[in-house]
Amino acid sequence: MITYENVSKVYNGEVKAVDDVSFHVEAGETVVLLGPSGCGKTTLLRMVNGLESITNGDIQIDGKSTSALNKIDLRRNIGYVIQSNGLFPNMNIEQNVTVVPDLLGWDRKKKGDRYNYLMDLVGLNPDQFRKRYPHELSGGQQQRIGVVRALAADPPVMLMDEPFGALDPIIRERVQDEFLHIQQEVHKTILFVSHDIDEAIKMGDKIALMKDGKLMQYDPPADMLSQPKNDFVSQFVGQDRTLKRLNIHTLADLVQVMDLNESDATIEETKELLVTSSLRDTLSLILDQQVRQIIVVDNKGNNLGAIDFSIVKDYLSTRGGTESLSFSS
Amino acid sequence: MKQELMTKIIKVVLTIAIVWFFYWALTNNYFAKLFESPNEFFVLLQQHMTLVGISSLLAVAVALPLAIFVTRPKFKRTEWFISNIVNFGYTIPNMAILALMMGILGIGFKTALFALFLYSILPVFRNTVAGIHSVNSNLIDAAKGMGFKPHQILLRVELPNAAYSILAGIRTAVVINIGATALASLVGGGGLGNWIFTGIKMFDNGILLSGAIPIILLALLTDLILRGIEILVVSKGTRV
Repeated sequence: MITYENVSKVYNGEVKAVDDVSFHVEAGETVVLLGPSGCGKTTLLRMVNGLESITNGDIQIDGKSTSALNKIDLRRNIGYVIQSNGLFPNMNIEQNVTVVPDLLGWDRKKKGDRYNYLMDLVGLNPDQFRKRYPHELSGGQQQRIGVVRALAADPPVMLMDEPFGALDPIIRERVQDEFLHIQQEVHKTILFVSHDIDEAIKMGDKIALMKDGKLMQYDPPADMLSQPKNDFVSQFVGQDRTLKRLNIHTLADLVQVMDLNESDATIEETKELLVTSSLRDTLSLILDQQVRQIIVVDNKGNNLGAIDFSIVKDYLSTRGGTESLSFSS
Repeated sequence: MKQELMTKIIKVVLTIAIVWFFYWALTNNYFAKLFESPNEFFVLLQQHMTLVGISSLLAVAVALPLAIFVTRPKFKRTEWFISNIVNFGYTIPNMAILALMMGILGIGFKTALFALFLYSILPVFRNTVAGIHSVNSNLIDAAKGMGFKPHQILLRVELPNAAYSILAGIRTAVVINIGATALASLVGGGGLGNWIFTGIKMFDNGILLSGAIPIILLALLTDLILRGIEILVVSKGTRV
């Protein structure tokens, strides 16, 4: 869907903001551009819709070079969300949401229907917000409207520049969850800038980790955590990367490759855990030691077997971790 | 809290002063001239309003496009130059501009009109530039990223969000203009200034105030009307 081909950006003939970056984003995928500030991730994002020029190389969308496309048409077909939401204070919420459809000349009815549909999608009452102005909304609501607005003309591609960066941690987590939920419905191809490794692991199908304009590693989060390519990557993903991996893997992944223990029906202190639970929740329960046996059940309540610490540990080491859980149980 | 109290005190004091002034003027029969020759009054009032109206309209017609021009990214470099010319124009005293113009255009309506026009440009220009600059750059970035054309950014984002500041500039210019138009009389431009200067020359407060009071009322009324227009034009979302 989106292809970066040896893309470079040079300022004043010497400062390389982006240095020979190549990668490919599949349709329907969310790729997080991750890295410390000044690493070129935002520049990389803004090159896609022509807000930044490309010094060398090429970016293609659906095989068409963006440099050959009309910039205005290109931008109207790409959703754009920025950190400070960028809602227009002079327009009410409906006008804000339907601003791109308005530029595209949609008729009133179509715009109204689209507004209602999108607001329902993010769980905001369309009528309650229609005539209100951005300053009357909370930060979280404003940011959700910002996302809704980017979806308004149903663009196949979305660019999100630290969209949730200005929100407090609790609201941010909720908006992230909500966005993942929306993405399951709309299947957009998304480039998402973040400086937060936890956000990247949570939101990204793949992560592009940048440093000083160079692409350090481009992999799914699980691979980046288990097989960091160099010191910078392993440092950036953190000492606790093994713990972070626990978030990505679920019991469902585990039972595909590992055999569970036979469950012992004589033990009474037993707790059941759904197969969709993350390994983090599983381990938390194991370490809690409130019960003597944890039984994994599927959605229909079938007993799949009992799990303990050593199974989780063995599973993680089979997933190619260079470090494994090394404390004793 | 302290500030609110201060504002209230000043308001009350001012209101008392104004009421007292009118009472004083009325009891001393200072509006006699007004009632003696109402026809002359209406001719002068009409001249006055024509001068204010035309010079203000011309000033807005020049200052607004000029301010938009210097805030376009392409012509940003001209801002320093043009702003300085406009500022310099405003530093010349009002009377001096009149005298200067008299040397070029002679005496009469046109001279007064031109001087008043020049003097009204700055408030409109400066407030428009400041208003457009104060529009959050993130909004411009968002608009660009969503595919707004340059003129759409100007008309849908910059001007509506700067509207409050622009209208405040126009209001300031017009209200100052109403007072300054009294000087038009000096170059034979007519207006209510005629009575003021006659009153001064004849040491007759009655004639002087018959010219001055209507000017004050005209300024206050115009201010009120322009504030009304402000409420109609400026989006509710930007009036926080």
